[in-house]
Amino acid sequence: MIVRGLLGSRLFCGALGAAGLFCLLEALGRTGVISPAVFPLASTVLTRAAGLAADPDFRADVVSTLGAWLFGLLLTVVVAVPAGFLLGTLPRVERALRPLLEFLRPIPSVALIPLALVLFSDKFEMEVTLIVYAATWPVLINTMYGLKDVDPLAKETLRSFGFGPLAVLWRVSLPSTAPFIATGVRLAAAVALIVAISAELLAGGSSGIGVFLIKAGGSVEAVEYIVAAAIWAGVIGYVSNGLFVLAERRMFRWYGARTEAA
Amino acid sequence: MLEISNLTHTYGSGPAAHHALGGVDLSVAKGELVCIVGPSGCGKSTLLRSVAGLLRPGGGEVLLNGTPVDQAPDNLAVVFQDYSRSLFPWMSVADNVSLPLRRRKLDRRRRREAAMEALAQVGLGGAEGKYPWQLSGGMQQRVSIARALAYRPALLLMDEPFGSVDAQTREDLEDLTLRVRGHHNMTILLITHDIDESVYVGDRVVVLSKAPAKVVGDLRVDLPCPRDQITTREHPGFVHLRAEVGRLVRGLRNPSAATP
Amino acid sequence: MGRAPRAAARLWPVPAVLVVWELVTRAVGDLSFPAPTRIAAAMRAMWLSGPADRLWLSDAALANIPTSVGRLLAGWALAGVAGTALGIALGRSPLLFRLVDPLVQFARAIPPPMLLPFFMALFAIGARMQINVIVFGVIWPILINSAEGARHVDRRHLETAEVFGLSRGQRLLRVILPSAMPKIFAGLRLSLSLALILMVISELVGSTDGIGFQLLDAQRSYDLPGVWATIVLLGVLGYVFNSAFLAAERRILSWHRSAKQTT
Repeated sequence: MIVRGLLGSRLFCGALGAAGLFCLLEALGRTGVISPAVFPLASTVLTRAAGLAADPDFRADVVSTLGAWLFGLLLTVVVAVPAGFLLGTLPRVERALRPLLEFLRPIPSVALIPLALVLFSDKFEMEVTLIVYAATWPVLINTMYGLKDVDPLAKETLRSFGFGPLAVLWRVSLPSTAPFIATGVRLAAAVALIVAISAELLAGGSSGIGVFLIKAGGSVEAVEYIVAAAIWAGVIGYVSNGLFVLAERRMFRWYGARTEAA
Repeated sequence: MLEISNLTHTYGSGPAAHHALGGVDLSVAKGELVCIVGPSGCGKSTLLRSVAGLLRPGGGEVLLNGTPVDQAPDNLAVVFQDYSRSLFPWMSVADNVSLPLRRRKLDRRRRREAAMEALAQVGLGGAEGKYPWQLSGGMQQRVSIARALAYRPALLLMDEPFGSVDAQTREDLEDLTLRVRGHHNMTILLITHDIDESVYVGDRVVVLSKAPAKVVGDLRVDLPCPRDQITTREHPGFVHLRAEVGRLVRGLRNPSAATP
Repeated sequence: MGRAPRAAARLWPVPAVLVVWELVTRAVGDLSFPAPTRIAAAMRAMWLSGPADRLWLSDAALANIPTSVGRLLAGWALAGVAGTALGIALGRSPLLFRLVDPLVQFARAIPPPMLLPFFMALFAIGARMQINVIVFGVIWPILINSAEGARHVDRRHLETAEVFGLSRGQRLLRVILPSAMPKIFAGLRLSLSLALILMVISELVGSTDGIGFQLLDAQRSYDLPGVWATIVLLGVLGYVFNSAFLAAERRILSWHRSAKQTT
């Protein structure tokens, strides 16, 4: 009965799964099935990860990447949300620009890194520009999609009370599009992190997770350092995604309630 | 052929437990069409799911041709109420009907033939290439009846089969059920909350009490066959029986007096 | 309006922008922003300067484009098969799901470019490293979506399968897999664009051939029209992959869209 209760608990099972993976990797390493010279022991990697947390250089690298990432995301929201509203509320403009957007969107953002290397001399500017370019798409498209989803009845209700188009935009369109924008930003955050690290990997520079990876790649214990850094990158990605989901749930409780009832 | 004795079932445990079945006894002879009626939420569906082997009985026994039902028996088919969820939308009508026949170890051609025959019987000849969602609700329920017929089960269970269609379609499907049972000599257990329907299609009407459900009435329907939507429904025997069943469902009558 | 005039009415901004771009870049004369005609000329020189019997494809086109596309598709297909199989196993086993889900969520949160130095340290530079990066980078959306799809199969569908005595294999193949299909396709589509990104970055960082390598080569020799030409080519590839995928999805999932519309 106790065993069944524990196996029914998400937390316990998750911990068990992680511990199981750790033990499996450790055992494979210690018995020599996977040579520790090729892939370090799980315990070595975890020790290294703990060591990195205390390493001021690595912390500076993380802060540098996260700084560019956050600044880029902020800029994206400032650019992409108004652009989405513009396109979403002016169908003529949207129709004119749509083919261009359809041609631009499939370009893989990382393909622009070599071009950006030529155009920018400042690494931070280059990184932020690339992040903004890549992160704009999910935000823009979600904003436009959300605007299409606005209940026309709500808009007409306000209009019938004599409110102007701007008031309608502010009081109906923006709040009901907000959950879509939030989803767009969450998706953009993941893309932005990919682009940031890719840009650092290619452009080098003085600091950043990508720069750390380049330096680590040259060392004897390359795999050990890289996996330890990947663990921290995973933690960052996991936590930031979790925070976004949490914020969405808190801010848009009404949205969930409405769709569940429908 | 079907023997249910002292069947009980409880959902959950402790103070929140819901006792759905409180000792149901029922026996159905080969070739009979038995309707089960009862107030909503009385455990009719629990009973059907126990017979279908979708639910392990909490206590008591279900015997089908002498063998206890502990998993889905191979000579039994079910027509569910929500046809749109029971038919597979990614398969054509013909594939939906012939899918269960794979269990019968028939080859491709024979499966196809059986499916076409069953579709013709329910009046859907020519619809085999369509997809379920291209058909109206009543036609979808016909497909699901055809699927059961093609399977040639010894026992057919129908769970509120006409609950989700309009009144006209409902009458058509009731008559369809009466017609096809003649062809196949099937035993049918039909669950419904509609008293008129139970008297119209049934050879016997079994009434269940509120949960925990017990059998509170078992009436034989002695109405002339073939039945007809107009004449049967104005037959004095029909009027009398539906009043009788109605009283039993509402608990207005002493149970023991109604049992024949 | 017929089909062609309607397309013309829709697409007029494209030539308009190209003409403006051409005029502005010629007037300004910035070497970093070549005129569209120069980009087109570079594309021609790079990929369409071969003999007519090879459809004018140049040696570079025949060497680089199939290499890159092959790696991308190989990695994506491997991830698709493995991700779907693992995802369905996870989705159908609640215990396994509880054990592995946090690990999977964690693995998904690792930015895929982190894999690049890892596999470069593990294997040498080459196709094996690149395909590994793509597989481990794009498998997570497929795996998570398949698990999600397999977890939420309609209970009535499963009961129907049980009543009619479908075997385990038939249930998996004819009931669980098709009902998870819309979700699986959503995952596959996400992964396809991610696979393109990883193909490019892996060729930019660790490769001696492929389109990404050609891009890096053009950048290193300050051949700006060449850089722009390669970006356009990658955009075209992205467009073609996405359109082909959507067309396939429309065909395979036609039942899903129609069933949703009518019910």
